Amino acid sequence: MLNAKLPLGVHVESAIDWMTANFAGFFSVIRKGLLGIIESIDWVLSAIPLFVFIVAVVFLAWWVAGRGTAIFTAVGLLLINNLGLWGKMLLTLSMVSTATLIALVVGLPLGILMAKNGTANKIIRPVLDFMQTMPAFVYLIPAVYFFDLGEVPGTVATIIFAMPPVVRLTNLGIRQVPEDVVEAARAFGSTPAQLLFKVQMPLAVPTIMAGLNQTIMLSLSMVVISAMIGADGLGKTVYEGITQMNIGKGFEGGLAVVILAMLLDRITQCLGSEQKKSGKNFVRNRMERRRAHS
Amino acid sequence: MPKVEVQKIYKVFGPAPKQILPLLEKGEDKAGILKRHKHSVGVNNVSFAVEEGEIFVIMGLSGSGKSTLIRCLNRLIEPTGGNILIDGQNITEMSAAELREVRRKKVAMVFQNFALLPHKTVLENVAFGLEIQKAGLEMRRQKAEEMLEIVGLKGYENAKPQELSGGMQQRVGLARALAIEGDILLMDEAFSALDPLIRKDMQNELLSLQQKMKKTIIFITHDLDEALKIGDRIAIMKDGRIVQTGTAEEILQNPADDYVRAFIQDVNRSKIITAAAIMRNAEAIILEKAGIRTAARKMKDLGISSIFVTNKSGVLQGIVTIDRVSSLIKEGKEELESIIDKNIETISLETLIDEIIPLFLNTGYPIAVVDEEKRLKGVVFKSTVLAGIAGEGGENNA
Repeated sequence: MLNAKLPLGVHVESAIDWMTANFAGFFSVIRKGLLGIIESIDWVLSAIPLFVFIVAVVFLAWWVAGRGTAIFTAVGLLLINNLGLWGKMLLTLSMVSTATLIALVVGLPLGILMAKNGTANKIIRPVLDFMQTMPAFVYLIPAVYFFDLGEVPGTVATIIFAMPPVVRLTNLGIRQVPEDVVEAARAFGSTPAQLLFKVQMPLAVPTIMAGLNQTIMLSLSMVVISAMIGADGLGKTVYEGITQMNIGKGFEGGLAVVILAMLLDRITQCLGSEQKKSGKNFVRNRMERRRAHS
Repeated sequence: MPKVEVQKIYKVFGPAPKQILPLLEKGEDKAGILKRHKHSVGVNNVSFAVEEGEIFVIMGLSGSGKSTLIRCLNRLIEPTGGNILIDGQNITEMSAAELREVRRKKVAMVFQNFALLPHKTVLENVAFGLEIQKAGLEMRRQKAEEMLEIVGLKGYENAKPQELSGGMQQRVGLARALAIEGDILLMDEAFSALDPLIRKDMQNELLSLQQKMKKTIIFITHDLDEALKIGDRIAIMKDGRIVQTGTAEEILQNPADDYVRAFIQDVNRSKIITAAAIMRNAEAIILEKAGIRTAARKMKDLGISSIFVTNKSGVLQGIVTIDRVSSLIKEGKEELESIIDKNIETISLETLIDEIIPLFLNTGYPIAVVDEEKRLKGVVFKSTVLAGIAGEGGENNA
């Protein structure tokens, strides 16, 4: 009796089969939608001339984070271009952006729901644990069943894997808003919506941004793994390097991933907080000094 | 009609608070309820009424239920039982929307730890109540600037709250509450987080603002000196109940029980007790009726060395001493009026002990207490002043 294995795997398999058979239309809509988003982002990014692209990103890095990050961005992007990985980097970026975007659109309301409703909190929390700790490769298999090969199943697996931090930190951010500030908002006659949008969300922004940053980092790591199910991009270069035992190719692809990751990390990390050395402050100080002189 | 009327308010925390109410009505106390029924009693059968323009202070130590009570008044905490009438409207029966309207237009609140919004500027913080009311941007700015000027923070409009000192932050909190122009201010330990000098400043400022604005203020504090200083009336809370309500003087002169007595024992009474409370019945002779011999006999009978002289309607004329009466008799003269010393100190019924003490430095006579028409109401001796400071009540029958 004790030796009899529960037929859990069999049941999961039949459930997946059933879903594939019965929700084919639904999955095909999602597939088309996701593909549309990924391809349009990729199309827009590719349409920007290389030089303009680099200058814009370098300026953005300077504006929010400061000179050091700006220099690193310039060198890093030029290196990726030099390695011939520009197009693949853009596709990876498109997939990461799509996954992050959808993780935000789904994750923010979920996080708010968890913060406002104790029951929702109790139900969603273990689901998030499951999403985060189930080995990422496991998602890839059903994703292929539902969405075929390519970028779409990769992005779906990425969304599942990368969404929890946004949900968790939105929840945390709202719960961390000091009780007396919430009380004050209520005392002045706030509706629940006013309380949320005028007080709780603005005060939760730094925490939510930390969650967003985590989500982007996780997306990037997952997007590489999704090369195993046929997604193109930097992951494909790395995966080819591994399968062909080509150390050089693997390293180049890996390095490009690292550069993209650090870049996204620095820029998004600084979005949530005020950076002393940022270009924004540099300009502000300059203007104040000029005003003081005149 | 009182501005705010609180009728038998209860607040019980726990899984089934409604079931605890009958027990409280039967007279079970907070400790018993906690022990036997695992419910915590925050407010236990509290009733009071606050008149328009009055500063009503609710004082108690931490855990006495005063913060819970003030939150019941605008239902930040839902009372378990009882009624709260504001301008005759029952707050406890209002829908969420009606209640919001009251919070927006009528009842503003100031918090112990300021509770300002760190992501908004000082100006935006002051305008917050108006923003919630969806007032126009220009109107909000104008009103907020006006309020900042009233609380003395002009020029700090664009600062963030955390750049200001505690005292300044609470001025912002006060300005925010004033900006909605409600009639009622709830102040929850509003000055308790400030250091003593700043606290004193803020108390004085509140009193001078109140002179102009005539709001109805319900003020929570654990600081007795603060309560005595700013409260028109004071309610003392203990274990969720109000043990005594009255003016500062009433409470100091007639503490309701040992708890209140212990509370007030360190108070500087000379700054609160007035002549009316300590004065003794004044013996006087009536100028038109009494001759010089009546005066001599009366002083002799009472064993005193001087006596006040009034006219028929009780208006104080002056004082005569036994020495001058005796020498007048020796000289064989009769005119009492010639020896009346008219140059004497008088005080009103409201004069504080603190102000009476220095007067004794300039006079050897007892001091007469008179009303607005200069009618003699009583007398204060050096000994009565000392007794007043020590806390022994006067005869109070003038």
